[in-house]
Amino acid sequence: MAKSTARKKTNTVRLKFDTSWSYDPAPESRSAASISKQYDLFINGEWKKPSSKKYFYTINPATEEKISEVAEANQADVNLAVGAARQAYEKTWGKMPAKERAKYIFRIARIIQEKARELAIIESLDGGKPIRESRDFDVPTAANHFFYYAGWADKLEYAFPNRKASSLGVAGQIIPWNFPLLMAAWKIAPALATGNTVVLKPAETTPLTALKLAEIIQESGLPPGVVNIITGAGQTGSSIVNHPEVDKIAFTGSTEVGKIIQRAIAGTNKKATLELGGKAANIIFEDAPLDQAVEGVINGIFFNQGHVCCAGSRLYVQESVMKQVVRKLKDRIASLIVGDPLDKNTDIGAINSKQQLQNIQKYLEIGKKEGAEIYQPSCSLPRKGFWCPPTLFTNVAQSNRVTQEEIFGPVLAILSFRTDDEVIEKANNSPYGLSAGVWTDKGSRIFNMTRRMRAGVVWANTFNKFDPASPFGGYKESGFGREGGLHGLLPYVNLK
Amino acid sequence: MAVASSGFSLPEFSPRIDQVGVEERAARFTKRSIKNDSKVQGLKLVLNMIDLTTLEGKDTDGKVKQLCYKAMHPHDALPGLPTVAAVCVYPTMVRVAKKALEGSGIRVASVATAFPSGQSSKDVKLRDTKFAVNEGADEVDMVISRGKFHAGEYNFVFDEIAMIKEACGEARLKVILETGELGSFDKVRRASDIAMMAGADFIKTSTGKIQPAATMPVTLVMLEAIRDFYYKTGRMVGMKPAGGISKSKLALHYLVMVKEVLGDDWLNNDWFRFGASSLANDVLMQLVKMQTGTYQAANYFSVD
Repeated sequence: MAKSTARKKTNTVRLKFDTSWSYDPAPESRSAASISKQYDLFINGEWKKPSSKKYFYTINPATEEKISEVAEANQADVNLAVGAARQAYEKTWGKMPAKERAKYIFRIARIIQEKARELAIIESLDGGKPIRESRDFDVPTAANHFFYYAGWADKLEYAFPNRKASSLGVAGQIIPWNFPLLMAAWKIAPALATGNTVVLKPAETTPLTALKLAEIIQESGLPPGVVNIITGAGQTGSSIVNHPEVDKIAFTGSTEVGKIIQRAIAGTNKKATLELGGKAANIIFEDAPLDQAVEGVINGIFFNQGHVCCAGSRLYVQESVMKQVVRKLKDRIASLIVGDPLDKNTDIGAINSKQQLQNIQKYLEIGKKEGAEIYQPSCSLPRKGFWCPPTLFTNVAQSNRVTQEEIFGPVLAILSFRTDDEVIEKANNSPYGLSAGVWTDKGSRIFNMTRRMRAGVVWANTFNKFDPASPFGGYKESGFGREGGLHGLLPYVNLK
Repeated sequence: MAVASSGFSLPEFSPRIDQVGVEERAARFTKRSIKNDSKVQGLKLVLNMIDLTTLEGKDTDGKVKQLCYKAMHPHDALPGLPTVAAVCVYPTMVRVAKKALEGSGIRVASVATAFPSGQSSKDVKLRDTKFAVNEGADEVDMVISRGKFHAGEYNFVFDEIAMIKEACGEARLKVILETGELGSFDKVRRASDIAMMAGADFIKTSTGKIQPAATMPVTLVMLEAIRDFYYKTGRMVGMKPAGGISKSKLALHYLVMVKEVLGDDWLNNDWFRFGASSLANDVLMQLVKMQTGTYQAANYFSVD
């Protein structure tokens, strides 16, 4: 009987995760989503061929297969889109009673819910994120943002008491590839609620759900030109930013591009919100609920393959529990499943693009050269596509590049600390300031830490929690302006 | 063994448990989709981990014998099925069960220590346990003194478990925490740590007489306690959620949880059990469905 073998020497004690019972594939059906072979530009409520006559491929990062091709908008197309948005603003949308505007936004939210399954599949196909996340997080949260801001549309006088809020005009919105549909929702919903019209450009590697959203907008009967969705790469984005008829820029993406945008709009009347990079500190104190903290760290860094600007990519652990926490992390990542994004059991999907994979690999090399110890679980990766196993770096110093720079991948740098003051100093010692996490059983410590931390969002005993009603945004090089909540209305209005 | 004055200090450093985090983590296991062959394998494993239980005042020899037959022959219409792990009865029924199960390899578990309340004297609990073991019980399911635990008398709780463990001799000891009476995950964790340190071979959630009985979050807290204890001492401790698990799908979620928290060494009936009586038939129904493609009515499965 196993009883006699039950006691082992503790120095050889190890849990085994990969020997007997395993899960069979449980793929979501691709046929539940309809994707066109080719997508044009959505301008003035219609699908228009690009005047560039050029199209580019969007691929499935898990297989490197082409999914569809989308139009490349040039300056002429941007002019058309901005013109349509301007006209819609002046003729219909800007004058429409707020209560009527709300009806359209509610309708968009409901259609997103109706098409939730299809949107989730396309999001996972185009971007590589696990279907569990696109199904349970991206799509429902996107619908919630529309619902939430639909509610604000006719209540702006309560949002800004004793002041008169008026719309700005045309908003140019540029969104990243990590949460394509959700970022579109974050941008479009508050703009519409406050009476602005929109020209939106999704990222070139993940345009499909935004284009699907264009179909939804068409179906909702939103007046033509209120939302225009055009595709293209950096040049298209630059044309939007520099267009004189655009009144407001909303950008989410890299700090590098954020700086370019800010330079470009200097001296103009354009308002801007920038939501840029991050290198969040996640801090575990010795009195924390350790197993739940470890789970929070896992979700903080491996959610969406670490392609999250607020990812908890720096872990600070109080020295007395360091060993225990690292062991727990290693055990936990042994049970993470890396693979087919459409499989319902997948925890970590494909890296979004080849370029991003190369960037992550560059940092893995840097980390090793800097003397950090790398730990990756033994997991088999598919041969085609872009993959990176969950990675831990231990024996890391504050001055290491893997601690300082944003990697935007499933890579966690683990550092130790001794006192509260020390960890606050280290956590704030970053050019970024988007988010942070604190894990402790002591309520007073939570308040002390959160007050002194220079980060837009600080989570306590949880991480990566989002709600349409709570504002999100950064300090320092993580950008400025807030999205979500009451605060998210402010960048889209003039107050008198 | 000087149990009464062991001077044992309680596990002050039982880590804190965050309720929201535990519930979230437990919910995550239910997102695993178990299909095809892994479902068949999983269901057979579940069947093989069941402690088929009857713990009623009206239990008779005949009832126990029928249960034992079911334990050995869960559903003969479907060949290739494993037996259940054990039959769990009151001490007076141990002899009957032992005889009925002779040679089958199925173990006889007996509840003891003034089950289910535990409200009796040390002496009575000790004799209750020795009686069950002398009657032939392979396993003893004891209850902890929840009143003493709530009163902060952790040494008492520890000593009592250690005493019963000694009385068990070769029989394996399952310690029932009755988590439905403990009130918080912090207390579940502390009770788990005390039980393991005092010598429990298994820790078990519930008697089945109190609601709520086993839940996934409470089981998760206990599995994590087992893992920490294993790393600290090198000694494996088994886990038995009991009560409230009557559907196959839920049982598979539990298997996923055991696999992902403790790993594959715990995925057998030496280290994991389901305390359940109605679960077996639901598992059988699913297994037949997996083979034939259609569900059969409940009437086709024996009720014992």
